[in-house]
Amino acid sequence: MNDTITLIFKALPFILQGTFVTLKIVAGALLVGFICGLALAVGQVYGRPFLSGSVAFYVWFFRGLPNLVLLFLFYYGLFPLMGLDVSAFFIAVTALGLRSSAYQSQLFRGCIQSLGEGQMMAARSLGMTRPQAVWNIILPQALRISLPGWSNEYPILLTDSAVTYAIGVMEILTRGNLVVSRTYQPMPIYMTCALIFIIMNYGGMKMLHLLERRLQIPGFGRGEH
Amino acid sequence: MAGEIILKVRDIHKSYGSTEVLRGISFDVQKGETKVFIGSSGTGKSTLLRCINQLTVPDRGQVWLHGEEVTHSGKEINRLRQKIGMVFQNFNLFDHLTARKNVEVALIKVRKMNRKEAGDKAMEELVRVGLEDKADLYPAELSGGQAQRVSIARALAMDPDVMLFDEPTSALDPELTGEVLQVMKDLAQNGMTMLVVTHEMGFACSVANEIIFMEKGEILESGSPSELICNPRYDRTKQFLNKLGELYGDIGRQR
Repeated sequence: MNDTITLIFKALPFILQGTFVTLKIVAGALLVGFICGLALAVGQVYGRPFLSGSVAFYVWFFRGLPNLVLLFLFYYGLFPLMGLDVSAFFIAVTALGLRSSAYQSQLFRGCIQSLGEGQMMAARSLGMTRPQAVWNIILPQALRISLPGWSNEYPILLTDSAVTYAIGVMEILTRGNLVVSRTYQPMPIYMTCALIFIIMNYGGMKMLHLLERRLQIPGFGRGEH
Repeated sequence: MAGEIILKVRDIHKSYGSTEVLRGISFDVQKGETKVFIGSSGTGKSTLLRCINQLTVPDRGQVWLHGEEVTHSGKEINRLRQKIGMVFQNFNLFDHLTARKNVEVALIKVRKMNRKEAGDKAMEELVRVGLEDKADLYPAELSGGQAQRVSIARALAMDPDVMLFDEPTSALDPELTGEVLQVMKDLAQNGMTMLVVTHEMGFACSVANEIIFMEKGEILESGSPSELICNPRYDRTKQFLNKLGELYGDIGRQR
């Protein structure tokens, strides 16, 4: 028993360094997913048929591939073919981020469409251009509505980030595996990894709830009635 | 009333699929005039108002404001729309903004006023509709009548030449209807040019210069309130007015 505890404490600093890498992957992928997802949603709702169709194709493609397949395609295929020598970390963020953008775009699209045409008509009747109306009137409301659903993306990306172990990104699981391969003690080490993931998940969700509260406005109900 | 004609509507047609909603509507609007449009649901009254500021693009026909064509105006439409205020049946206030910000937002983003100027102007308009004490409330915290008055203030803030009201009181109960109609009466008396789709005949009688009766996408007849109500030329008009009378009591004598 004591041996196990000693082992965990000796391994912990090494594994914990991976939390920063994991957090950077998650933050990076969330950001890529948010920016691309929002642009895709606006394009799909307000774009001409060709643009809407292209977005639908993009979404279909990225939602149809397993994470691991996408990672391998990017790592062994796409980037080497383009002659680009980029880090495994960069590929992890790109692959997870683009995949997330496909999911996020459909979340945002639903929220934009839920607003109804009245908001757009009122904005246009005041002389706003369509981009002005989207930016000042539609998106601030759609994003507020989307926040509860959007907070799914954090735990999904956090847990998905472990697959980047397959391309050797030095995140939590990769580091855990390295320890296991030296000590042959899988259970305590993987449980340590599991605990770290669960704590990170808890902390992140708490922050998202706080954000939701701060952005709270009468009319975007919290079900208090 | 022989004022200057500021709005010309000529031969407006609009179809949705095989349904012809508007079948050639033409009229002129003089400065300071109030025209009231009545007629049963589905006769194209709301579509007509939307065709005037191009929220709905008509299939045929033209609209002119101060001699400038509103139809086929391309990017100029955003400038022209500022001169045509619109009030909707469902208010369409921006739910994420306070009453004051609702009035302010187009001043800042469209008219490029600075925040201070826009804020003062917004307060001025809220005072005009009697809501200065509600400036910091969100739409969800306002009554229907207050919300509709904010939306009138929002349109007025752009200093429009003409105001379009699309059934502004249809979503309100009788008490709240009164406060909105009062604001509209004040506007009319202060010389605002207004086109109003409504079934409030009391309002029509006391404020309108002309009542236009629409039927199946066409203007069936029009005239001053006394002409149209006491002496309708067509049976269909008489029928409709009788129906309104049954519902709301004798028209023309109330208020």
